[in-house]
Amino acid sequence: MHLLRRRPPASVAIATATALLTVAGLAGCGNVPDPGTITVLNSATDTLEHDQEQKFFDVCAKPLGVKVRQTSVPADQVVSKALRMASSRSLTDILELDGSDVPQFADTGGLVPLKNTGVDVSGMSGSAITMGSFGGTLYGIARSVNSLALIYNVDLLKKAGVEPPTTWDELKVTARKLTHGKTYGMAFSATPDADGVYQFLPFFWSGGGDEAHLDNGKGAPALQLWTDLVHQKSASSAAVTWNQQDVNDQFIAGRTAMMINGPWQVPVLSEHKDLHWAVAAIPVPRAGGTPVPPIGGTVMTVPQTKDKQRQGTAAKIINCLNERKNQVAWGEAVNNVPTRTSAAAAYKARNPKLGAFADEVATARSRTDRVGAHWPAVSDALAGAFQSVLTGRSTPEAALKQAQSRATAGE
Amino acid sequence: MTITAAVQAPPAGSTAAGTPGAHRRRDTLLRWGFAAPAVLYMLAFFGYPLVRNVVMSLQHYTPRSFFTGESPFNGFDNWRAVFDNPLFTGSLWHTLVFTLGSLLGQFVLGLALAVFFSRRFRLSGFVRAVLLLPWLVPMVVSAVVWRKLLDQDTGVINSLLTNLHIVSSPVPWLSSPGVALLSATLVNIWIGIPFNMVILYGGLQEIPRDLYEAAALDGAGAWRTFRSVTLPLLRPVVTVVLVLGFMSTVKILDLILALTGGGPADSTQTLGTVTYQLSFQELDFGQGAVVGDILILVSAVFAVLYLRFNRANLGQGK
Repeated sequence: MHLLRRRPPASVAIATATALLTVAGLAGCGNVPDPGTITVLNSATDTLEHDQEQKFFDVCAKPLGVKVRQTSVPADQVVSKALRMASSRSLTDILELDGSDVPQFADTGGLVPLKNTGVDVSGMSGSAITMGSFGGTLYGIARSVNSLALIYNVDLLKKAGVEPPTTWDELKVTARKLTHGKTYGMAFSATPDADGVYQFLPFFWSGGGDEAHLDNGKGAPALQLWTDLVHQKSASSAAVTWNQQDVNDQFIAGRTAMMINGPWQVPVLSEHKDLHWAVAAIPVPRAGGTPVPPIGGTVMTVPQTKDKQRQGTAAKIINCLNERKNQVAWGEAVNNVPTRTSAAAAYKARNPKLGAFADEVATARSRTDRVGAHWPAVSDALAGAFQSVLTGRSTPEAALKQAQSRATAGE
Repeated sequence: MTITAAVQAPPAGSTAAGTPGAHRRRDTLLRWGFAAPAVLYMLAFFGYPLVRNVVMSLQHYTPRSFFTGESPFNGFDNWRAVFDNPLFTGSLWHTLVFTLGSLLGQFVLGLALAVFFSRRFRLSGFVRAVLLLPWLVPMVVSAVVWRKLLDQDTGVINSLLTNLHIVSSPVPWLSSPGVALLSATLVNIWIGIPFNMVILYGGLQEIPRDLYEAAALDGAGAWRTFRSVTLPLLRPVVTVVLVLGFMSTVKILDLILALTGGGPADSTQTLGTVTYQLSFQELDFGQGAVVGDILILVSAVFAVLYLRFNRANLGQGK
């Protein structure tokens, strides 16, 4: 979907941004925020999601005697929009960022540490806390989180007489058995962007790969696994062009029996009544190992707006959104796992089909935990590595060596 | 203020016939008054960002700069980093191949179609209008559709080619680094043909019919007529088409982002996508500005050529 968002040429964007900044700067002096309205910047551009968000906001804002106004921009534009707002001193009271963008923002000094605002995070899962932290300080908290799992076609597996694979070797064998005619056994996204990197991480991390030392040798087997799947023709070599949405389309069309994907595909999958699917944990290198998938989702942060009172009101709204009952309801609305441990348990009990996701977020890891604000460069370098290996341009070891030098080039 | 004064000037002048000196001054004022909005607009929306972009390429400009307003100058560090980046050197070649390939393909096919449609036949106008459609579709939409058409396993193009036994195994249009740039170029040619066709068709209509009659009387064949009559008279239009085509192709971004995202394995990274990646993915606005500057420079060279040519054209005009 994100491909449909039109992105202007960067030079033009910079030019326009600068021009707008000038105008905003001139007009900014008379810009006093409405005391009765708390503003939010998020990526809920989808009408349904936007309205749902609004309902939760309204419920929480009403007792405080305020209104909440959302500004929603496409997910990949939240950062640049927020930066523009920052330089014109017009940041919203609540800024909802993708978890992987928190360090970039926190590093600028533009976010208030949550403990200074009165946001209560007791009882939240450890992985959710790490995702919103930078340099040991918590700047944002997620209401719900997601991860990746193995989604498989129950009918196709039954027909082939196989069980969902739990190890990498089993994955290769099972995928081969499931490959017939126009149907591949396995599908994943390997695009050179956030989609592809997110999908590669469970394999990279479960094998022992380290994003801070890409070339330590532990990450190569994961690259080898992906290449083997493509070389034995159990997965399409077109994976390098498929985003997560495309992978889901292939799965729905019956062109793949298993796929790596996230819970945000559940609404689409559920629309197809004759498609029987189930969720399993992502296969690990050796039997008995624990999968280490990435944790994803958006976190709510409170930007520095120099207005303590508004920050306090924003914190109260965030606290209300994170009450157990609201978290469960929100998690069910967006098919993500609540971050409050007790809410997660309730969610799992009510949605057993998505239990694998609920289990995985417990061991899931934040992408920015080790490399912090350096993550975008590491992410691009990792994407370069799996793309060059999958297209036969490089060996896994050489690709990761190259990636490490690319990730540290700017230092 | 200047503007209002200048606009009100003519009626005042017509009642009280001033001295010749005052009259000339009023004329100058009037001329500037009309030019002022355009000049101000250009300064605010082109001049300022342009200068800003050049300055930014000499600064350490990060997300932090947006909050603190501090962006220390770091000399040519950004420039050095960009020139050392293998991604940039690769993208230079890709941009060159992509631009020249696109221009050549668009122009040859556009000209062929323009010549074809300049003959009168039934439905000529209708077919010409249909051929214009690719130009009306937003670039990103075209790219998304082509991405589906060119898909290695499920794309229509491959199933057509294999069913007709033109190829034995599916062509990895977008999934092989060796083919992806060619595919992107082909898609861009498809997008650019209508523009070339329409402008060249217009140019062809301007050529006086009697020249063709004279050529026919002199016994010139079709090819000879095309070479000696059509091409020379079409030259001004050809230059315009090529220069404008170059400027819009060299900075291409949306098509590539939606089609391949610069992949696979960076094989379709162009100057446009590298600027985008540096600025908005890695958030190094200084380095992004460097590539932006280079793009502006390249475009500026061709813009000057275009202006010069246009002026020369107007000078010798009727």
